[in-house]
Amino acid sequence: MAESVVTDVAAALSADRGGRLLLLLLGAVAVFVPVLNVLPGDASFLHISGYTMTLTAKYMTYGMLALAVDLIWGYCGILSLGHGAFFALGGYAMGMYLMRQIGARGVYGNPLLPDFMVFLNWKELPWFWHGFQSFPYALAMVVLVPGLLALVFGFLAFRSRVSGVYLSIITQALTYALMLAFFRNDMGFGGNNGFTDFKDILGYDLQAEGTRVALFVCTALALMLSYALCRYVVASRAGRVIVAVRDAESRARFLGYRVEFYKLWVFVLSAILAGIAGALYVPQIGIINPSEFSPVNSIEIVIWVAIGGRGTLYGAVVGALLVNLAKTYLTGAFPSVWLYGLGALFIVVTLFLRHGVVGVIDQWRRFRLAGRAA
Amino acid sequence: MTHRRKCPALSALCLLLVASLAPVLRANEPVTADNPGLASLLAQLPEASYADKRDLVAKMVQSQDPKVRTVLRALLEDALYVRTSDNQVFVGEIDGDSVRLTDPLTGQAAGAVASDTISMIGVNNQLRKTLRVALAQFDLTSPDAAVRRAAVKEMLRALDTESQALLRSRLAGEHDAAVRSEIREGLALADLDSAEASTRFAAVRELSTSLNPDVYNRLSAMVQAASDGSYGEPDPAIRAAAQQSLRVIERYRNFYAAVQTLIYGLSEGSVFVLIAIGLAITFGVMGVINMAHGELMMLGAYTTYVVQLLMPNHIGLSIIVAIPAAFLVSGVIGIVIERGIVSHLYGRPLETLLATFGVSLILQQTVRDIFSANNRPVITPEWLAGSLQINDVLAITYNRLYIIVFTFGLFLALLAVLKRTRLGLQVRAVSQNREMAKAMGVRTAWVDALTFGLGSGIAGIAGVALSQLTNVGPNLGQSYIVDAFMVVVFGGVGNLWGTEVSGNALGAVNKLLEPYAGAVLAKIFVLVFLIFFIQWKPRGLFPQKGRHADG
Repeated sequence: MAESVVTDVAAALSADRGGRLLLLLLGAVAVFVPVLNVLPGDASFLHISGYTMTLTAKYMTYGMLALAVDLIWGYCGILSLGHGAFFALGGYAMGMYLMRQIGARGVYGNPLLPDFMVFLNWKELPWFWHGFQSFPYALAMVVLVPGLLALVFGFLAFRSRVSGVYLSIITQALTYALMLAFFRNDMGFGGNNGFTDFKDILGYDLQAEGTRVALFVCTALALMLSYALCRYVVASRAGRVIVAVRDAESRARFLGYRVEFYKLWVFVLSAILAGIAGALYVPQIGIINPSEFSPVNSIEIVIWVAIGGRGTLYGAVVGALLVNLAKTYLTGAFPSVWLYGLGALFIVVTLFLRHGVVGVIDQWRRFRLAGRAA
Repeated sequence: MTHRRKCPALSALCLLLVASLAPVLRANEPVTADNPGLASLLAQLPEASYADKRDLVAKMVQSQDPKVRTVLRALLEDALYVRTSDNQVFVGEIDGDSVRLTDPLTGQAAGAVASDTISMIGVNNQLRKTLRVALAQFDLTSPDAAVRRAAVKEMLRALDTESQALLRSRLAGEHDAAVRSEIREGLALADLDSAEASTRFAAVRELSTSLNPDVYNRLSAMVQAASDGSYGEPDPAIRAAAQQSLRVIERYRNFYAAVQTLIYGLSEGSVFVLIAIGLAITFGVMGVINMAHGELMMLGAYTTYVVQLLMPNHIGLSIIVAIPAAFLVSGVIGIVIERGIVSHLYGRPLETLLATFGVSLILQQTVRDIFSANNRPVITPEWLAGSLQINDVLAITYNRLYIIVFTFGLFLALLAVLKRTRLGLQVRAVSQNREMAKAMGVRTAWVDALTFGLGSGIAGIAGVALSQLTNVGPNLGQSYIVDAFMVVVFGGVGNLWGTEVSGNALGAVNKLLEPYAGAVLAKIFVLVFLIFFIQWKPRGLFPQKGRHADG
């Protein structure tokens, strides 16, 4: 069974040039960035600073998030404007574990309660915080919370055939409602400050070089594995049905496929991937707060995918990387230009670049090949 | 004085007498404007002791001269002066270093003088009290019911046996219902302290229709048991009556509280309708997902701000001017968006959504660059401020009332445009069957642009109203966009009435939940409710009739 999966993945990848290139690149990043961070001295021009490494890790978690959105939007036609919610929920689950790890080292020194609870004058831990002192439990929650939310939400939505822009609007309402909820202090998630000041993970200091390198490598591996998984899914039989649903939902239904079932599981899978991305994001960036739920964030994810090229998987990762590189550079160099740039990207990509950046590269290659043939 | 009003014939007789015996009776008789009696009383005022001043005030009141009021008011407000050079008394108004004098007898200005050439006529607290009551007595006979009512209120603040008697006698001659009920309520409140059980009983009965919070507190205190088992009111029969009165009052209070919640809900709902109604055109009728809708409202709000900058001396008028201005600004920008972007994306709703979101980012940043990222102060004109006091427990601020009226007016106007004009007919034709409309000679591209412009312009007008309700900043639009879409989807896409009903329903639900859950939680509940509602009825409350197939 396991062997057949591996061969299936290998078969899927053999037909996926862009994907192979991406995996190769990610593998190189996973090896060289940590090595160049640790080995050369600070003065060496080969040295990669801890800041750059963390930034790269952040981009990779965003790449994973974009992958999750491309899986449902590019292959199943579901435009979720609330995927940031799943990312944030995964992040919050990890954040709760990290908060519990702080223990008595908080500002108030309470061994059981996180600082913000002491500040709010709470006497005991709320029920939903129990269990988060255990890492396996937290990991389970990282997967279960976004997954279950997607399952319930998707079950209701797809069963009653809410689709197209209506679905987009209610996913947006979902993340908006969650944002409002998490902003409330009495929800027990730290209100608008969220969680920060983490100390360590599994007993290792989060600031230590070794821990950071390990987390970086985990992130790169997670992205590579998710890519392989997504490629495997879309190349499978079920993946073909999903594409059929995207292109002609009614026809797929009339052919006897349980359309809502296919949509649902792809939606849940996508939400879980987003949650894992969030869980990788939080320990490295060191903060999670309710603004991650804001509808604007979720729309931004969609534009990463659109710019990279939807329906290609590797395009999504490339898009997330490109947009965020530009964002980091422009918000630093020309702060007011960034929003113009992002706004213009939305317009230009939808009007002129229907297949995104990878689409342009593909076209150019095909053009060159055609020229050579002639 | 009161008896004179009752006997005009007698007064006339007195006047005749005065004519013959003037020098003797002058001081006590009502005479016309150039009253030498008042003049002589005034002349005595500067030299008199406080006790003498009280007598003089009493005499002035008896004179019934309308000018006495000015004198007494000035005396009470420390604005009555005597000129040192000739001992003449003036009403003075301090104006910088000098004092502008007015002769109280003739009402004529007597020029401004330096403050050291005059001295103020002093009063003490006892005299002030006398003056207040004297003024109130004077006002009680005023022909203006509002003045009488204010006088009654003034007297009720410090009620003694004298003024009680005065009010009681006044009650018989009073014809205005509001003044009468004011007097009766005040007297009844005073009667609650009476030693006579029957008087207290009657007072309790009398007060059962009063909404005055004082009454409620007094009655509650009467029936409340103290720690030693005694009651504020010793007589059990009166306690029972008080209990009964309290029940009646509570019923009224609950009723008015419900009315208030209803009006608050309606005004909240009107805001929902307001933010959604432009979207009901662009999204509902045309099917275009315009994520820049919120920013078009923001532009309307900023237009209001700019109009106020341009006409700083006519703030009251500025809102009226801003309405068409905002319609034009947002409408034109809407048409540009439609021609430039949306028209290339028809049939690709998800791409439209993303492109218009890009537009919204650009508009936000433009506004931020022009006006800075801080909120801009938009002034509320006087006619929008204040509140309508209906009775002691029900007061509604004017802006809540205006927003209800304004939104409904806007809704009707839009309905009229869609149902009664040529453009409306073409809009409906294009939205129902584009190909057929084209075949009939409708310039569909032109109609698309105008429809989008109309919806955008309406959003601009909504922005003018929002500028009076919230902070005007670059993020104004963003905070409403989710709500706006929810209202349209809840009401049923393509249905203006649906938007009106759903907006008001959501507003009412929001307001009803607020007292129990708080504003944020109420909002979350409403959103979650809507998410479930759409699963249950994906086409909203009032789905469009007709056949359609999902893609």
